[in-house]
Amino acid sequence: MDAFTTHTGTAAPLRRSNVDTDQIIPAEYLKRITRTGFEDGLFVAWRTNEPDFVLNQPQYANASILVAGPDFGTGSSREHANWALLDGGFRVVISSRFADIFRNNSTKAGLLTVILPQAEVEALWTAIEADPALPVTVDLQAEQVRYGATTVPFQTDPYTRWRLLEGLDDVGLTERHVEDIEAYESRRPAWLPRALPA
Amino acid sequence: MGQTLAQKVYEQHVVRRTAGEPDLLYIDLHLVHEVTSPQAFDGLRAAGRTVRRPDLTMATEDHNVPTLDILSPIADPVSRAQVEALRRNTAEFGIRLAPMGDRDQGIVHVIGPQLGLTQPGMTIVCGDSHTSTHGAFGALAFGIGTSEVEHVLATQTLPQVPARQMAVTVDGELPPGVSAKDIILAVIAQIGTGGGQGHVIEYRGSAIEALSMEARMTICNMSIEAGARAGLIAPDQTTFDFLQGRPHAPQGADWDAAVEHWRTLRSDDDAVFDREVHIDAASLTPYVTWGTNPGQGLPIGASVPDPAQFADESERKAAEQALEYMALTAGTPLREIDVDTVFLGSCTNGRIEDLRVAAALLRGKKVDAGTRMLVVPGSVAVKQQAEAEGLDQVFTDAGAEWRGAGCSMCLGMNPDQLKPGERSASTSNRNFQGRQGKGGRTHLVSPAVAAATALTGRLTAPADLPDAPIPAGV
Repeated sequence: MDAFTTHTGTAAPLRRSNVDTDQIIPAEYLKRITRTGFEDGLFVAWRTNEPDFVLNQPQYANASILVAGPDFGTGSSREHANWALLDGGFRVVISSRFADIFRNNSTKAGLLTVILPQAEVEALWTAIEADPALPVTVDLQAEQVRYGATTVPFQTDPYTRWRLLEGLDDVGLTERHVEDIEAYESRRPAWLPRALPA
Repeated sequence: MGQTLAQKVYEQHVVRRTAGEPDLLYIDLHLVHEVTSPQAFDGLRAAGRTVRRPDLTMATEDHNVPTLDILSPIADPVSRAQVEALRRNTAEFGIRLAPMGDRDQGIVHVIGPQLGLTQPGMTIVCGDSHTSTHGAFGALAFGIGTSEVEHVLATQTLPQVPARQMAVTVDGELPPGVSAKDIILAVIAQIGTGGGQGHVIEYRGSAIEALSMEARMTICNMSIEAGARAGLIAPDQTTFDFLQGRPHAPQGADWDAAVEHWRTLRSDDDAVFDREVHIDAASLTPYVTWGTNPGQGLPIGASVPDPAQFADESERKAAEQALEYMALTAGTPLREIDVDTVFLGSCTNGRIEDLRVAAALLRGKKVDAGTRMLVVPGSVAVKQQAEAEGLDQVFTDAGAEWRGAGCSMCLGMNPDQLKPGERSASTSNRNFQGRQGKGGRTHLVSPAVAAATALTGRLTAPADLPDAPIPAGV
């Protein structure tokens, strides 16, 4: 996973609530067995069917920060949604509320999710609609979103922030505790099921 | 202060707890399917890692599988390659696989309970958001992404932080023709798709206790549609009776020891929930969705809502977008909406009881001439049970299609899909845009409403049919 410290780019306003992961990337793109190259499926139905969809507008085509309505990433647990956003050039998604699994997957894939109050999301929408070239900085170290003369603080949990700043792989971290895992396994009741053929 | 059921199960699985870090939680059962696992196995290979507990891991093929002609190679080369990757990966890492054609094959959330692998008090994960289904047994079960699949394969653990606790209490008696699906659609309509965010939901109350295991699975299955990663129900005699004698259930003295433990798995009287929701079962009627998220549902007697009635701007905008996509006009009675297709199946409603309810309504009748009905059992075992009871004959005599087991039309990954503009009444779990096929329009319904709708070709409750055998509230 790539480390995330601070990112400056332009932002696209996605004025929709309940953007589910089927919209971020439809199931037919999930048949692939690779971990990259999902950009062609990113929001493909809206990109195909809605000429004025925000990412079809040239002024937002190179945005790297997505500013979305509440309940972003609901539905399916597909991490392909996070990969598609990264493959499509996004490093940050800002929303007032994220679905739990999407947010958790983001921390594993190196996509930063930032929760801001809906009023701050609205203010950011207004600013980037007035000036699509407005540079927006998302600073994970300082926990701030900055644009124009505005600075908005956000919160992340310290452990997740440390992992993202360092770009650390969870499996490697957990493997340091293999003795704890072995000790736990020695205490498990014998009647718990095994998946081997009965 | 007492503990909730979910807190008890969580605490019993903490491998390591250190201030400033997530807990490390042990995983008792890891279910694997072809879609969310290939990149995880690649990750293991790249790092030279093995699967720590292949004996606590089980795989099956479900999302990509065709439901016709299942013994031939999959025609779609991309789907076939994904299924073949799972076969190679499970063989290489020593994981049991129930492939297409196997008697244990089926939707991952149907086969776990059916084999008795899903038991009370366990932690269960799968790279699939409907893993919450297994919570019906009093297990803490939740969906994970592919990076976490790799983590569980390698370590049999997951870093976790405790969730907030929500109680959804459903008291009273369900009216005839009203089912578990209607309960959960009503819950989601009430609290919204983000209502359970950050929470584990415990379903409780007299109406929940009266439900069969199949019905409890339907409710826990759709916890994710309310935003909760997990939903669960305290195990009781209904749970124990369902499990006893299943292939992986404990036997003899082990059974007694297990039941003794399972009886302790309930929320303490003084447990504190962060949020409580109450539903009066007697007030419920069949629910159907009108929009493009599962929270956009109403009793079948209602009409398509006017977006202008929503006070919240983002809800109003969502309603406008939904009506446009669904090609619906505000004020249209839901009962006047015509459908092309009825889908009975999925991890939500593809179990034997669901098929029995639908077959009882279809027996001796004919599916509407302009309507196609697909009946897809959730597993090979469900299919065999239904055929032993003659239900397949009831469906085919009525003009419905009787298919092989799989995820089928719940999602557009296999040949069973809606065509652009087609409209379905579906017993599945998601009415998202394009979920059942590009441009398809989905109304989520119970199995009883699905069957009644198949007979008339428009959204219909069983009670709307003359002389219909109305199923008791289940």
